[in-house]
Amino acid sequence: MSDIYIVGFDGTEASGRAADLAAGLAKTSGATLHLVLVLEWSPYSFLSQEELAERHKRREEELVRAAAVVEPVAAKYGAMGITTTHEVRYGHAGEIIAEIASSSGAKQIFVGRQGSRKLTDRLLGGLTMALVQIATVPVTVVP
Amino acid sequence: MRKLLLALALLLPLFALPAFGQDDAAEVAAETQEVVEETTRTVDMMVNDAISPISNAVVSVIFYSVPVAGTDFPLIVGWLVVAATIFTLYFGFIQFRAFGHAIELVRGDYSDPNDAGEVSHFQALATALSGTVGLGNIAGVGVAIAVGGPGATFWMILAGLLGMASKFTECTLGVKYRNELPDGRVSGGPMYYLSKGLAERGMAGLGKFFAVFFAICCIGGALGGGNMFQANQSFQQLVNVTGGNDVSPLAGFGWLFGIVMALVVAVVIIGGIKSIARVTEKVVPFMGILYVGTALIIILMNIGSIGWAFSQIIGGAFSPEGVAGGAIGALIQGFRRAAFSNEAGIGSAAIAHSAVRTKEPSTEGIVSLLEPFIDTVVICTMTALVIIFTGALGTGLTGVELTSAAFGAQFSFFPYLLALAVLLFAFSTMLSWSYYGLKAWTYLFGEGKTKENVFKIIFCVFVVIGASMSLGPVIDFSDSMIFAMALPNIIGLYLLMPVVRREVNQYFAKIKSGEIRKMKGH
Repeated sequence: MSDIYIVGFDGTEASGRAADLAAGLAKTSGATLHLVLVLEWSPYSFLSQEELAERHKRREEELVRAAAVVEPVAAKYGAMGITTTHEVRYGHAGEIIAEIASSSGAKQIFVGRQGSRKLTDRLLGGLTMALVQIATVPVTVVP
Repeated sequence: MRKLLLALALLLPLFALPAFGQDDAAEVAAETQEVVEETTRTVDMMVNDAISPISNAVVSVIFYSVPVAGTDFPLIVGWLVVAATIFTLYFGFIQFRAFGHAIELVRGDYSDPNDAGEVSHFQALATALSGTVGLGNIAGVGVAIAVGGPGATFWMILAGLLGMASKFTECTLGVKYRNELPDGRVSGGPMYYLSKGLAERGMAGLGKFFAVFFAICCIGGALGGGNMFQANQSFQQLVNVTGGNDVSPLAGFGWLFGIVMALVVAVVIIGGIKSIARVTEKVVPFMGILYVGTALIIILMNIGSIGWAFSQIIGGAFSPEGVAGGAIGALIQGFRRAAFSNEAGIGSAAIAHSAVRTKEPSTEGIVSLLEPFIDTVVICTMTALVIIFTGALGTGLTGVELTSAAFGAQFSFFPYLLALAVLLFAFSTMLSWSYYGLKAWTYLFGEGKTKENVFKIIFCVFVVIGASMSLGPVIDFSDSMIFAMALPNIIGLYLLMPVVRREVNQYFAKIKSGEIRKMKGH
């Protein structure tokens, strides 16, 4: 069985650089590239009445948008001869990516550094910080 | 035309004031206030004269009271409590049997991770609570204890516990018979379960009639109890904390308060989803933490007297000493205020709970039974304990003033915080009811952006009316509309009880057989 490289992918330039690096390494090592797009969502956030009513509709729209982001990239790497899979999940990005890496027996996680300006991210750490702290496999942060 | 001129007179000061210098401002403000007060009185009288005959008739029917042990007992409260008792017995004390399971469901123990991204049980419960927790928890408890004594708390708790079964019944049906609109939005509530559920039982005509009747009352209730009453009472509390009617600089400026409040509501409900999200996301938890946290601090400060407080509550519930109507008076007040507060049996919360994504309708029914528990058993009891602990009961005050005095007795600045809490509670209740009213409106008149905006504009205009006028009969009328919702709703619930029983039995059978089990990772 080939190695699995997990890439946290959200369509941003930084995640694109992480995917490119992982794809390059996967091509030489024959590893499988697994692109993961996580839609940030918490079951404990507060919704208004209208949001409750529209949530199902929004979810369907979010899934279509997410597929449109990740599918062409997966196809691009597939065309380069790299075995590429992808999935879209809901939840906290750090937790989900770490969980997928652990359950799939992946060798490595690749994420792009976003350079967040948000104060909360600076104080509490964003996705990369969360992954570095909780992932059970090596994490490569691509600048 | 006369009404239009009066409305212009109300708005005139807004445009006139900035044209004057500071020296003239005070004089102009005084004159303006006089004109406004006079105009308001005139409009009050006109509207009252016009609506009184209808209002009196409706109110006397809905709130028809019979004298019991020297106190008036509104039959509608009996209607709600009897229904709650029947549901409690019919479903075998579901509120106690399923309480632990309700918490597990809210925690997400049974949520399928693959369904993530939908409305969770927690979200449906939190949203419904933001509509239910309101002035009833602050002012209502004040009234209950002032009139019925500490013993009213006991009956309020009992009514809250019974009401859990009503909520369970209506919210299970809300999910079971919800509609998914062609554009993917979900719509649910009594309008749908009354028409669809009764049609299934061969009573399509009756179901349709009940659904339309419910929708009309729901619109009336949304504009009145869910809007005018909230605006009116929150303005009253603002006037109270700023010195009362004689001293407060705000006195007589209800119209201005109403315009500001209406603008905020308009920004939220007409402005769109994102603005609502931002506002409610901040308001709901802040409001809850502020009020419950404050009450909890006072309770903890007096924890040594907790035994004494409960002896007052339990003793007062059964002994006829010192309160109007004795033990029966306490019972009536307790039941009445609990019904006002948690809306169990009214059908309103079923609209909010319907949007949850679940394969099993009874799961949302089970979760919803936590709502009267949190609203009445927990929050109302906390308010009651603060009033009893602080000795504010002997001051002769009632309603929100009594609650305010009780909080103020412990910390002098708390009435101001309470005024803010009242404002926020009223605001979130208004937002929820604007949605309930809207759903009833679109049920009657059909979906469509323009139709929706017409209702939203009417709703905002009623905020100004509610805040600026006394309008006793109008507010009574619209308040009675909320309770009128319980008439078709509860008859529908009785007729559909067997459907709910089938649902819940097969759900628990699946849990027992292991077909439904806790999800891994939770």
